Amino acid sequence: MLTVRDLTVRYGRSVAALHGVDLDVPDDGVLAVLGGNGAGKSTLLRTISGTLRMHRGTVAGGEVRYGNRRIDQLDPAAIVGLGVVGVPEGRQVFARMTVAENLRAGAIGAPASKRAEAQRRVHDLFPVLAERASQRAGLLSGGEQQMLAIGRALMSGPRLLLLDEPSLGLAPRIVQRIGATIREIHEQGTAVVLVEQNAVMALDVSDHAVVLEVGGIALAGTAAELSASEDVQRLYLGGHAESDAAAERQVAEARRQRAGVRRLSRWGG
Amino acid sequence: METFVQLIVNGLGKGAVFALLALGFVIIFKATEVVNFAHGSLVLFGGYLVVTLRESIGWAGAAIVGVVGAGLLALAVERLLLSRSKLADPFSLALLTIGVDVIVTEEIVRRLGVSLPFIGDAWDAQPVQVGGITLFRTHLVALVVATVLITLFFLAFRYSNWGIAMRAQAENKEAAALVGIRSGRVTATAWLVAGLLAGVAVLFIATQDFSGAGLSRGTHSIALAAFPAAILGGLDSTAGAVVGGITVGLVDALATHYVSFAFAKSAVFLVMLVVLVVRPSGLFGTRETIRV
Repeated sequence: MLTVRDLTVRYGRSVAALHGVDLDVPDDGVLAVLGGNGAGKSTLLRTISGTLRMHRGTVAGGEVRYGNRRIDQLDPAAIVGLGVVGVPEGRQVFARMTVAENLRAGAIGAPASKRAEAQRRVHDLFPVLAERASQRAGLLSGGEQQMLAIGRALMSGPRLLLLDEPSLGLAPRIVQRIGATIREIHEQGTAVVLVEQNAVMALDVSDHAVVLEVGGIALAGTAAELSASEDVQRLYLGGHAESDAAAERQVAEARRQRAGVRRLSRWGG
Repeated sequence: METFVQLIVNGLGKGAVFALLALGFVIIFKATEVVNFAHGSLVLFGGYLVVTLRESIGWAGAAIVGVVGAGLLALAVERLLLSRSKLADPFSLALLTIGVDVIVTEEIVRRLGVSLPFIGDAWDAQPVQVGGITLFRTHLVALVVATVLITLFFLAFRYSNWGIAMRAQAENKEAAALVGIRSGRVTATAWLVAGLLAGVAVLFIATQDFSGAGLSRGTHSIALAAFPAAILGGLDSTAGAVVGGITVGLVDALATHYVSFAFAKSAVFLVMLVVLVVRPSGLFGTRETIRV
């Protein structure tokens, strides 16, 4: 459904934020993209959704295809028109507009005939958005705002949904809820690219996963393979330690290593 | 007392016109973060079309062409100049609008030469008496027209897809792009609407009643009062533009009568300064002033 080949992205003339990235999102699959800060996760999503230019980034090499169509030079509205819709990091709901207006804004890129159906689907998934329809979005809790951000993206009836760290800053119970929702959206026939630092949740809901490190793919495989991989366990899942203290040491060590690497890529991913 | 009522009504009439201009200012700023210094030249351009065409196609036809023409000029400025420099920051684009303003204004002033044609044929200089109070007909017409247009604008802004897209983009450009809102289209319509409103405003400004002067460089400087109107209302607030416009109209009318005609212009800016001291982002503004 979505293929990324040998993708290199730069911001300005700096170090490449992504270099030689290959990945595939299978039809109706869920692909998890794991990695720390500055690994290039958000850059990858910006490239797919066409908002890279708003951050002064350019595709310096390679391509992104959706089906047979090359989309890396299209503008964001055209990409939404094809059925690829992104949910930005940090939710970014339209805080001064009501919940209902946020959802309407989400439907602007889609044909008017589909709106009622899309709205019903969103209200089924998130009943709270129906209850709070006339409230300002800025007054919702963090979890509700995340639901609104996802609901807003679903209003145009996407075939591929791009989620940028939906668990960021949310309580564990809400993260579980978001995970369950992603699974439900997927079961309804929408493919998902899930960018996450919360590897437990991401690997739980995805069927394939890649690990991005300093702009390149470090690991790729099925979610089960990655869950079992020692690197992923050590860096992201914190398993295989002989004791809690050892686990903490390992995590601290891993963080130090990654911190050293992180300095190379100045632009936050 | 009668004088006072008269001043208030006339002030409201003037204020309604300033509100039309300030509203245009504000929607351009909301959509693009650009302060449009060319607003005065849009006003002059619309007026110039009216005075050159009314001989041949009649006043009403010329007025329509003038309004549409001002709208199209604004659209052309956006499409041909501003939209081409997508990554330029709003400051440079604001400077670009100063350039447009100088070119358009100077050319029109040159063409007008020594003539100072009045525009408001249909209603100008025919005061009405209401219970012993003398009111300017221009101000009454302006009040009615502006009320209708501003109401329509707010309905569209609140309920139409255009309004939703405008507000979404004003609040968060990237999130708006991600849901498929075409930022170019939103920006272009903002300029178009602002130009149309400027074209309507000039029909009232270049009159005996409003300014005592016909279309001239003076029209341009009167239109500039929309700037303090928009700023004191809050540069990113549509409601603020209307309140700011009315405030400027009232201050102008009262200061002219109670102090002097010459003081009225400074009075408007004094009020703006006082408001900014108390509320740095204007009466209804939300953004930090650093963005202005």
